[in-house]
Amino acid sequence: MKPAAFQYFRASTTDEALDRLAQHPGSKVLAGGQSLVPLMNFRLSRPDVLIDINGVADLGRLAIEDGELRIGALVRHRQLAESGDVAGAVPVLPLAAKHIGHWAIRNRGTIGGSVAHADPASELPAALVALQGTVVLRSARGERRVAAEEFFQGFFNTDLGEGELIVEVRIPISKSRFGFNEVVRRPGDFALVGAYVERSGPGGSVTWFGLGGRPERLLVDAWPQDAAGRGTLLEELVEGLPLDVSEDYKRAMAVTVAERAYQQAEGEK
Amino acid sequence: MADERVEVVLRVNGRDHRLEVSPRWTLSDVLRHQVGLTGTHVGCEQGVCGACTVLLDGEPVRSCLIFGVQAEGHNVTTVEGITPESGLSPLQEAFRKHHALQCGYCTPGMLLTAQALLDREPNPSEETIREALTGNLCRCTGYQFIVDAVMAARGQGRGA
Repeated sequence: MKPAAFQYFRASTTDEALDRLAQHPGSKVLAGGQSLVPLMNFRLSRPDVLIDINGVADLGRLAIEDGELRIGALVRHRQLAESGDVAGAVPVLPLAAKHIGHWAIRNRGTIGGSVAHADPASELPAALVALQGTVVLRSARGERRVAAEEFFQGFFNTDLGEGELIVEVRIPISKSRFGFNEVVRRPGDFALVGAYVERSGPGGSVTWFGLGGRPERLLVDAWPQDAAGRGTLLEELVEGLPLDVSEDYKRAMAVTVAERAYQQAEGEK
Repeated sequence: MADERVEVVLRVNGRDHRLEVSPRWTLSDVLRHQVGLTGTHVGCEQGVCGACTVLLDGEPVRSCLIFGVQAEGHNVTTVEGITPESGLSPLQEAFRKHHALQCGYCTPGMLLTAQALLDREPNPSEETIREALTGNLCRCTGYQFIVDAVMAARGQGRGA
């Protein structure tokens, strides 16, 4: 239960972190450490080099620019949960962020870390997919932007390449209304199933997480006005997801969380 | 890989400690074995149980999920730091009075989480207290007495 030895570098700028990443192919980036350090304690992860980016002020920016909420990779879950700017721009985000882990976890965990880790049952990767967000990646070779829907590829698997650092995520400020709900065994746990529901005109979308290897966003042409009709529609949508047979029991839960998320989106003004 | 040592200055409970640490040592281990403050208890070492909770710049964090080297430049508060020279703080006194501990293993983490809440919000509701404490596991009390103790300590500050 103790990490293996590693070389430790404390980066003070993004460029310095990128230089280190380019120099040390086996290195890992240390942000909040709330997923990486448990893996290191178990020695499931044994990086030779750890590049600590906690001192890189640029990565902690939170701003609204060009109709987008721009969230620096180092923005902590607690900031997302408590920031008035975030609540004003993308109200569903703080609702979801409050469900991440516990107080002590939210004080350290970062959006960049959550996105890099890509736990299929975690709230923020699914939020990015539901909200049609973009992940901004930088390396010594330059910058590229990847749509969240393409970034998350499967269980703990992303498009993040060798030498690349997640520097920011961008979420378009939308006129759609969003709701969020999840089922957990105990408060603070990873979700068994969660859903974001979007209401945009007569239709919208539903994004499920905790089902399969990555968040799945499915379009809805027109939401039925009655709960029974929505139930039928949601059941059909869940039926189409490629789920392991061991997760079959989650289908009913998925319908329930999506209906609750729909109700929440209804209430949001 | 060689287990190198680096020199750090850690500010713990208002005192600076010049230490040689390995980067791989967690803050919980550095506090216990280098600084000699054994009030911080180590339970699961994977961020689940909350026993090792300390305050980093006044905010609760898991000291098993931060490396000691990372705490440089921050103020670390352990359970020793919220304990008066003699006697108990109002929160600690309430824990004793309300039987909020049995084996005591989770208690330092509980105290620091609860104290951070009371520092931030002197009169929290029962619901807020329960929410704040969800990250700290206790296998003895069933939590009710812990909630009772924190409720009783509301509005009393940290004491002397």
